[in-house]
Amino acid sequence: MEMEAVNTSEKKNKFWAFAITGILIVISLLYYRENIFYMYLITYIWFGFAYGMMLQYGRFCFASASRDLFAAGVPRMAVGILVALVFFSFIQATLSSTNMSTFHPAPFGPHTLIAGLIFGVGMVLAGGCASGSLYKIGEGNGTSFLAAFFGLSIGQAIFVDLGGIFNSLLPKSWIASSALKEIPAPSAVPPEKITSWFDVYLSGYIWDLPSVQLSATKTMSEALPGAWKYFIADSLITAIIPAVALLFVIYAVYIRKGFIKKRVKEKGGAATGIGDELAGIWKMITASKRTTLMGVLIGITAGLHIFVMKGMRIKFEADNFGKLLTKMGHTADVAVNGTVFDPGYWYITSQEAQLGGWILQKLGWEMRDNIFFGVNNGLPDPWRNPALWMSLGIVFGAMVMARLSNEFKFKLPKGELIAWGLMGGLLMGIGSRPALGCNIGAFFIRVAGGDPSGWLYGLGMVTGAFIGVKFFNWWSERKMAKEMEAF
Amino acid sequence: MAMKFEKKEEGKYMLDVCGYVCPHPQIYCKKSLEKMAEGDVLEMIFDNPSSAETIIQMLDQVGHELVEKKQEGGKIIFVIKKG
Repeated sequence: MEMEAVNTSEKKNKFWAFAITGILIVISLLYYRENIFYMYLITYIWFGFAYGMMLQYGRFCFASASRDLFAAGVPRMAVGILVALVFFSFIQATLSSTNMSTFHPAPFGPHTLIAGLIFGVGMVLAGGCASGSLYKIGEGNGTSFLAAFFGLSIGQAIFVDLGGIFNSLLPKSWIASSALKEIPAPSAVPPEKITSWFDVYLSGYIWDLPSVQLSATKTMSEALPGAWKYFIADSLITAIIPAVALLFVIYAVYIRKGFIKKRVKEKGGAATGIGDELAGIWKMITASKRTTLMGVLIGITAGLHIFVMKGMRIKFEADNFGKLLTKMGHTADVAVNGTVFDPGYWYITSQEAQLGGWILQKLGWEMRDNIFFGVNNGLPDPWRNPALWMSLGIVFGAMVMARLSNEFKFKLPKGELIAWGLMGGLLMGIGSRPALGCNIGAFFIRVAGGDPSGWLYGLGMVTGAFIGVKFFNWWSERKMAKEMEAF
Repeated sequence: MAMKFEKKEEGKYMLDVCGYVCPHPQIYCKKSLEKMAEGDVLEMIFDNPSSAETIIQMLDQVGHELVEKKQEGGKIIFVIKKG
């Protein structure tokens, strides 16, 4: 009887896996039939779908990288991310050298570190990073839904539109600098769009900061001719050497002692050498084969994604999907400068904020009166939002993979998890917007593209995760003590 | 929401963290094992697949033995012997 129930459940899961994939194929065909420009949006759907499948299979979550290291001494995810980074940065350099990259560096400043720290605490509380929360929604995880919907979407949209008392807390220098950018419509920033604290932060602080891409610095571009600057400065110096160094540090701190002890025992007390150390590092890298393998595949896919998006831009002669939406007559979707949020690579959080902004706008809250939605990213209807389709692709890709492995289960958030999910999601939203990205956009993509500010965000995330783990350790110790009163 | 950590009999414990998401199952697993003696057995029930990958590696690193691993519906059951 029990076996019968298991078989029925497996069949049901397989049915849903095929049904979800089939529905997405039909949606893609319908978009294609409507207008060939939607190929652009369809590309985002299927890259999202691929990310979702790989994230779920590899249990690939950036929160887990530092959290599990601090909480359980397990480096599998940190290793997976560093491996992905090595592969992705090499492909990024290849694309940059052939002028096929959509990457752009971000403003460099201390805000990146602070935002990373807030995000780091948030991702531990929520139980998943921005991309991790999406794949966990696909597994049926209600806590991740709370974090992504109320924190990343609604919370973030409100965060960028807050004015009033928040504006009075801003430094005078930001306000003065912002005022210089109030250029009347139809130019870049119409004054009526600088209304919230975040508008002043962007126009009076962020836009004044320099962006750094190592290959574009004077020293590197003079020292390294042609394409070498991308491979050596952006890939090797910014991403690969630090990633490999971190692998050694993680090995030395978390793995080496236990591994060498076992090794000495196996060898009957013989001294160990460099061969044993290398065996230990290899064991650490291959300890979770599924995570490391997915690290390699995610790195390659993220590179391929950039290549395909650039190809789409060349084909449709548009550097932003907003131009295609305008050509199709959807002028209400785009911001005043004719653009919508269209990163051209793997990215999370801005599109979730757009969803939140769109919902609030429908409920009567004016959301287009700011730079974030009104000038830069627009508020397209969700079914015409390319990056939001990428996020939905992640959810559905993960759902298909979880269904195929019989790992899908609806888990409604209960008790304390509701509080952690909401607080964590909100902190992730607050921690991603000021840095103009999250664990993907502000860390992974930037580091791989040769922008050192990515490491600054990474450092913030790790520090935040440490604080989050300390809190959860205290919390769970307290609960365990209560449970153990009985015996 | 409650987690359950029970002593079933001498040397046998049960940890139920169904409904909990990352990082709770791995933290509770680690803390439960810390409170047990060498050779004691822990039956752990959880339903968060992402935690499984971390717990398996944690057990291997520390030297605990994963005696049995089974999946019932969406639930995962690990039987762990403390090393």
